[in-house]
Amino acid sequence: MRFLLVEDNISLATAVLDRLRMDGHVVDHAANIAAAEDYSATTDYDLILLDIMLPDGDGRSFLRSHRNRLIETPVIVLTARSEVSDRVGMLDLGADDYITKPFDFSELEARCRAVLRRHGGDSSNQRRFGNLVFDPLAGTLSVAGKTITLRNKELRLLEILLNGQDRIHSKPKLVDRLFSYDEEVSENAIEVYVGRLRKHLTGSGVEITTVRGLGYRISLV
Amino acid sequence: MSDPLPTSGSLRRRLTLQLVGSAAVLATLLFFVVLGFARDVAQQTHDSILLASATSIMDSVSVQADAVTVDLPYAALSMLGNVSDDRVFYSVSMRGQLLTGYDDLPISGQMLRSGQSAFDTLSYKGDGIRMVTLSRRLSLNGAPADILITVAQTREGQAAQLAQLSRSALQLGLGFFLVATILAFWTAQSSIRPLNQLTAAVSRRGPKDLRPVRRPVPSEMIPLVLSLNQFIARLRVSLTRSEDFIAEAAHRVRTPLATVRAQAEITLLRVEKPENRASLREMIRAIDESSRAAGQLLDHAMVTFRIDTLERKAIDLTELAKELVDRLQPIAELKDIDLRFTGSRCPTITGDAILVQNATRNILDNAIKYSPSDSAIQVSTRQTTSEIVIQVEDQAGGFGGMDTEVLTHRFTRGDNAVGTVGSGLGLTIAREVVEAHGGTLLIETNKSGTGACVSLCFPLA
Repeated sequence: MRFLLVEDNISLATAVLDRLRMDGHVVDHAANIAAAEDYSATTDYDLILLDIMLPDGDGRSFLRSHRNRLIETPVIVLTARSEVSDRVGMLDLGADDYITKPFDFSELEARCRAVLRRHGGDSSNQRRFGNLVFDPLAGTLSVAGKTITLRNKELRLLEILLNGQDRIHSKPKLVDRLFSYDEEVSENAIEVYVGRLRKHLTGSGVEITTVRGLGYRISLV
Repeated sequence: MSDPLPTSGSLRRRLTLQLVGSAAVLATLLFFVVLGFARDVAQQTHDSILLASATSIMDSVSVQADAVTVDLPYAALSMLGNVSDDRVFYSVSMRGQLLTGYDDLPISGQMLRSGQSAFDTLSYKGDGIRMVTLSRRLSLNGAPADILITVAQTREGQAAQLAQLSRSALQLGLGFFLVATILAFWTAQSSIRPLNQLTAAVSRRGPKDLRPVRRPVPSEMIPLVLSLNQFIARLRVSLTRSEDFIAEAAHRVRTPLATVRAQAEITLLRVEKPENRASLREMIRAIDESSRAAGQLLDHAMVTFRIDTLERKAIDLTELAKELVDRLQPIAELKDIDLRFTGSRCPTITGDAILVQNATRNILDNAIKYSPSDSAIQVSTRQTTSEIVIQVEDQAGGFGGMDTEVLTHRFTRGDNAVGTVGSGLGLTIAREVVEAHGGTLLIETNKSGTGACVSLCFPLA
């Protein structure tokens, strides 16, 4: 996926860029409206993440001109303002969704996924491994023509594993990615989801192996 | 609503009373002036007839053969009879000697010179009389002889006439007073009308309508309207400022927190040592706690602010709840929570949509936050006889017998909230919003006892 992040706070932008790239997305960064206009005029993005308070103006004016140019690219607004005062304006101006700062990366990821799914992600999002066809947007998994819909945590776990094929993913890091920080979960919770995924992957030629004491690894058989 | 203001009387009543009072004074004055004038005119008329009568008697006095003869003309007395049925007295005397007439009729004109006349009002035989005395000097046997003629008439007719006149004057005065009173009421009413119209125009306005008053008013009211407009302008500036302040404060607090949180989360993905990871997780939780608390405090400030100037527009609660469920779906999905909405089309309620949405959102946020993975949350709207209810039912274990009333107090959190990020303002905000709309917030344990069931009940419009 190709994202455009419009955010003037460099350290926040860096963190978001790192995280999105970690998930395998291509992300461009614009620190102001002028740069954002340039980027969006020359590149076709799947999604734009837009901050509202920018040094050279209000992100909403970018949103308005973006919509006036009839560009279909969905926009998620990043706002630090009180929801009680700002909500209506942003959705009225054509934002597809908004997320309030500070945000959880998994919430951002979930909102991006929901917006992209609403915009009808095409089959180019599908990923193939052996007999396996995985559509992360639709959250479906097809093995030998049989399609099942994954639960959210299964989907996210599979996505994480597939983004780092043949790499070892430690249990604590998987817990961090799958559960929110205020949930008290033991690392054994991961085993439940790995178990479910293994069942789904039966006969796909893709296998999750346990690396004793270290974590899990996904690889083609 | 607000306490009744102390009043310093009614402008209209004061104006009416003053006008009616003036009318009463004027009517009394009118009565006396008319009466006095009529009395004078009647007196003068009577006097001139008396004088004419006396003159005609005087004309009949002649000196013949050294003797004075008086040939009393009939007309002299009959002209008085024409005026009224009052008795007439007369006397003709010369050098103090009565020639003819009533000898006891008082004579008052001893000092009169020839050709002069004098009027007098006095009592005679128990009746009030008006009399005139006329004097003329004749020459008798070469010596001057002063003839005095007195003509008098009782005043009963005149009194009757005066009574008639004063009745008319009284009627005139009363009529004047009556008409003036009606006019006073009308004047007071029409003087107050621009004030009433201005009042109606101002009170018709919605709570968010802070435009200056532009309608034409009488020039005396312009200072009042100008001050009112200045006041409105000041209010608008101050409202905008506090709204901006809250928004700005939210921005200032949340932006750095967002940066720290994002950095911490990225770092967490890179470090391996369990102690470092544990402290980073602690950090993220602390950030979440402070940002949520700050957010809810600011939301609470904004909610309180909006409640003060409660907007009243039609809200479709079913639509609102459905939108909210759609919006929170991605968050619920993260925990594989089955968040569902069921509800039929309900009549609209009136209120502030942003507030109602924020209240419902707080309840839903709580439900999602406290629900375990793979549970379900059911959101529904329904209409009862007098209310429209948004209900949020979860399987998060409920409030464990805690006093549900206490939960809606500021900064109180349920027993199950231990270990979960929150500030305890969510339920307070929800309750304040619902109550500002005349409704109630019900917190119950659901039927199976597995969770909470929170109902936001809004009265039907």
